[in-house]
Amino acid sequence: MSSITMTVNGKAVSQDVPDNTLLSDFLRESLRFTGTHVGCDTSQCGACVVHVDGRAVKSCTTLAVSLEGASVTTVEGVANGDLHPMQAAFNEHHGLQCGFCTPGMIMTGIDMVNRYKAAGKPLTEKAIRAELEGNICRCTGYHNIVKAIEDAAANM
Amino acid sequence: MSDGIGARVKRKEDKRFLLGKGKYTDDIRVENQSFGAFVRSPHAHARIKGIDASAALAMDGVLAVHTGPELKADGIGDIITGWAITSKNGDPMKIGAWSPLATEKVRYVGDSVAIVVAETQALARLAAEAVDVDYEVLAPTVATGEAMNPGQALVHDEIPNNMCFDWEVGDEAKTDAGLAGAAHVTEIDLINNRLSPNAIEPRSAIAVYDDAEDHYTLYSTSQNPHVARLVLSAFYNVAPEHKLRVIAPDVGGGFGSKIYIYPEEITCLWASMKTGRTIRWTAERSESFMTDAHARDHVTTAKMGFDADGKIVGFKVDTIANLGAYASLFATATPTYLYGTLLSGQYAMPAIYCNVKAVYTNTVPVDAYRGAGRPEATYVVERMMEKAAREMNMDVADLRRKNFIREFPYQTEVLLAYDAGDFDAVLDMAQQAANVAGFQARKAEATSRGKMRGIGYSCFIEACGLAPSAAAGSLGSGVGLWESAEVRVNPVGTIEILTGAHSHGQGHETTFAQLAADRFGVPIDNVSIVHGDTDKVQFGMGTYGSRSGPVGMSAVMKALDKVEAKVKKIVAHSLEAAEDDIVIEGGEAKIAGTDKKMAWHEIGLAAYLAHNLPEGMEPGLKETSFFDPVNFSFPSGCFICEVEVDPQTGTTQIVQFVAADDFGTIINPMIVEGQVHGGVTQGIGQALMEGVVYDDDGQLLTGSYMDYCMPRADDVPSYTIGHGCTPSPNNPLGLKGCGEAGAIGSPVAVINAIVDAIGTDVEMPATPSRVWAAIQASSMPQAAE
Repeated sequence: MSSITMTVNGKAVSQDVPDNTLLSDFLRESLRFTGTHVGCDTSQCGACVVHVDGRAVKSCTTLAVSLEGASVTTVEGVANGDLHPMQAAFNEHHGLQCGFCTPGMIMTGIDMVNRYKAAGKPLTEKAIRAELEGNICRCTGYHNIVKAIEDAAANM
Repeated sequence: MSDGIGARVKRKEDKRFLLGKGKYTDDIRVENQSFGAFVRSPHAHARIKGIDASAALAMDGVLAVHTGPELKADGIGDIITGWAITSKNGDPMKIGAWSPLATEKVRYVGDSVAIVVAETQALARLAAEAVDVDYEVLAPTVATGEAMNPGQALVHDEIPNNMCFDWEVGDEAKTDAGLAGAAHVTEIDLINNRLSPNAIEPRSAIAVYDDAEDHYTLYSTSQNPHVARLVLSAFYNVAPEHKLRVIAPDVGGGFGSKIYIYPEEITCLWASMKTGRTIRWTAERSESFMTDAHARDHVTTAKMGFDADGKIVGFKVDTIANLGAYASLFATATPTYLYGTLLSGQYAMPAIYCNVKAVYTNTVPVDAYRGAGRPEATYVVERMMEKAAREMNMDVADLRRKNFIREFPYQTEVLLAYDAGDFDAVLDMAQQAANVAGFQARKAEATSRGKMRGIGYSCFIEACGLAPSAAAGSLGSGVGLWESAEVRVNPVGTIEILTGAHSHGQGHETTFAQLAADRFGVPIDNVSIVHGDTDKVQFGMGTYGSRSGPVGMSAVMKALDKVEAKVKKIVAHSLEAAEDDIVIEGGEAKIAGTDKKMAWHEIGLAAYLAHNLPEGMEPGLKETSFFDPVNFSFPSGCFICEVEVDPQTGTTQIVQFVAADDFGTIINPMIVEGQVHGGVTQGIGQALMEGVVYDDDGQLLTGSYMDYCMPRADDVPSYTIGHGCTPSPNNPLGLKGCGEAGAIGSPVAVINAIVDAIGTDVEMPATPSRVWAAIQASSMPQAAE
């Protein structure tokens, strides 16, 4: 058991957790942010992606105790009154069907746009597809996810 | 009508998913929660000699370990298959008993042996590891093509040759005669590779037992909660239907794999009663690979005969279909009535014969997965057409056109009667969109870069919305195939539509609402859809087989008809006009040609106040309908795939994919196109990278996403979509169903394109190593004669 303190979606949280607690379990079970999903055991599917200190991280392979003092943002934390431009673009372009992979796609998409903008690089369709390597969607065939991220990049 | 039929309405359900506020089964918390974990067989085939749970039970926080013999003693029934198949010699199919927890033998790696209930999930899983099962390991039967061979281990001791049934459809003598007289006969051997469906949400169940009411609730990742309740009640004896509520909340994809009622749901319900605790169980992905129903897995040989003009004169198909260790719910219907009956494809064939032998093996049960039988049929027909065209030096499209069916309805030689289609128009559309005329120039340019470029077609037809119930029943179906709907107009005029269909990504909360918006002109935000809860919706068959549109929406249309009729009576009475003069549009009911009208909320209020209703009319405004279609619907389409193969590496890149479909009427093109994108991608996955592999011992080698290759975004292109439209005459909207076409039509288009590119056959999945090896083998210098 360890005591950890971190900021999740802008609010300070402090809890005792077993040392082997995964961030995904901490978010889902302890804090009840169930928007972060777990779709595999091997860090492949990306449904669990959250932001840790502004970087996309797979929460299913991150130990909660390793994040002392970190700032974590989940899909529940990105909208500010209105939908975040990435969320709005997914609705506009039908970038989701069952919705299960969607939180990971949104968090990966935001991270991707932020990184490319910071580097001054264009986010082409090819780049988006390559950047989605760590996120699996079984419903959409990616076609509309790619369109949504392209569109959101223009509005972020 | 901006939100009506045909409009690209943005999805109403998106917001909760985008905000992370969807409620999937594993997101739900119920009081008194404990966790279930399953003890699973590590062997493909073994006899259980003993189970010692003492070490697990001694762990602090472990509540119970329950086994198969206890479950049997409590009267829990064996898992059923829902479609009775009769062998060609008249014998009934042979079913091996499937207990939710194994009693004497385990028959596949992952077969459930016991449930452990504990205070935490981690503890339940640890304790499951601590249960000591004494196995006598037996030789397994694994390979589909070898399962019937003499000397193979028997999966079920009482079933000879591991054969469940030996079924046929069509006329063998007529087909043999056609082939004997053919000017050309093309033969082909095919394997349809075994797949794992892989909805990204793993299966999950929360079982709640209320001892005060002797009542059970099951939250479940189900595509058809009412069917689950029916089967759990009538066959598995968990509880009578009125003491069992099944809720399928948000469900994260299904693709068929969530139709079935698996051992885990049954066992969790039973164990919740035994322990008095709510039991939550969620599969790990490795468990999904081990226990979710797999798909396809056919070994086929086929012959097609042509006359001198290229017209088909006979088609003979022999298939061995792998059922896995047990016959799952739709497992027997999939390789028979959803496969052999589709072998006429889009073509006029005067003689067809298909024989299917279904075999048991020591592998996870195989059942319906997106397309279910129809992708397998399409793969045989369309591989055959292109191979034959090449052998006869004909253009692959010309050979198809020469044989297209052009008059409807068309009675095939394999039971089905097609309703409508215009195969020429859809092929033309696809060829134009794919710029087939420019292909040779593109190929030449690719060749200059050292790439092998190929083009492949798939002209497919499928049968959706299985029906009618009576006909299906006569062919062995154990369920009715209708759908129900209820339309409630509230006193304030808002509308609730209750449907027995279930959305797990299909967007019903939008498209079903479009029907009411279209009919009455009410704002779509005033319409809500209720589904997925047996306490709310009276009954329904759920969503599979592309049936939500042609069957589910048709039921809604019939209920809307009844509401409309009652509204007209109420308004005519209130406004003192004739019913025939009442027109409903824009959310109002008017007397035609006058300015006298009632707003929608006034009508709702009038119905519920009941102060001034026509003589004898019951108050309220709520109508129910059950719709049983008169026939299947028959979506069809033409897909054209263009690939570039790198001969140095065998890597295939899909450079263009055109999907032209005929789904009849389309309610929301945005959603339909999304269905096609997803289905095509699954089909590309089957063609290029997906494949379940068991080794000779029956160990599953593809047990995670590190071993089973799922299509990623950079494996697939952006798609070009076209829609033809010949409405189905068999339902009120002319719908045909759109959920499966992508997965049905695409694998063979991809393989045909690769075969065109490399000039030699290759099997699915056409991985780089297989393609490279095929190129090497075909370009080997021939030994001197």
